[in-house]
Amino acid sequence: MTDNPKLSLDFKGLLCPMPVVKIAQAMKQIQIGELVEAVATDPGVMADIPAWARSTGHELVTLEKQDKVFKFVVKRMK
Amino acid sequence: MLEKKEKLTLVVLSGDMDKVMASYIIASGAAASGMEVVMFFTFWGLKAIQRDGVFTGKGLFGRMLGVMNRGGLNAIGPSRLNMGGMGRWMFKLIMKQKGVTQLPELRQAAIDLGVKLMPCQMSMDVMEINCDHLIPETTEPVGVATMLEHAKESSIQFFI
Repeated sequence: MTDNPKLSLDFKGLLCPMPVVKIAQAMKQIQIGELVEAVATDPGVMADIPAWARSTGHELVTLEKQDKVFKFVVKRMK
Repeated sequence: MLEKKEKLTLVVLSGDMDKVMASYIIASGAAASGMEVVMFFTFWGLKAIQRDGVFTGKGLFGRMLGVMNRGGLNAIGPSRLNMGGMGRWMFKLIMKQKGVTQLPELRQAAIDLGVKLMPCQMSMDVMEINCDHLIPETTEPVGVATMLEHAKESSIQFFI
């Protein structure tokens, strides 16, 4: 299944805890199985988004650094 | 399968900007991570749920306290280096420049994520703060037994 993200979010300039807060809010806007993609500039997301995914049970599909931004895709699991 | 949510109880005793900020960051982060979060505000901590620009107190002591110890997120200063309000101004400016989310927005995020804000009845009596002085999102005032009941059910408890 190669889904396109349902939502595309821009977290550039946001610092802790807002990327985690915003991704959690985004989960409420999509259905189970759908994807959200986001870009952030806070290096903290490299640790925090995986931790958030482990805590909540949502799936972190990808997380990568591209130049100075961090891109990640999350799948709503429940 | 019905999953039981993990729970976090925060006791916020401090009314300093930095400690209140840490409290709301932890609360909103935990709520975003799927936890049920209860914040119990006691003593100086009540300043973190007071409306801005209201003066509290009825008697002489209460009014003096209300003037010298202003509540509300815009009035509170850092626990160190406040220097009569200079520190507060400086920190606000620096945090704005760095793009750190400001206290009112942090608290709103916590509220939107379902964090419960509970004021301590006894502290409200001591400081002559009533429910009208508090933001409307707070619950009815509670006592220590209510806090303990939540703390007992929580996997994490913080005292700030």
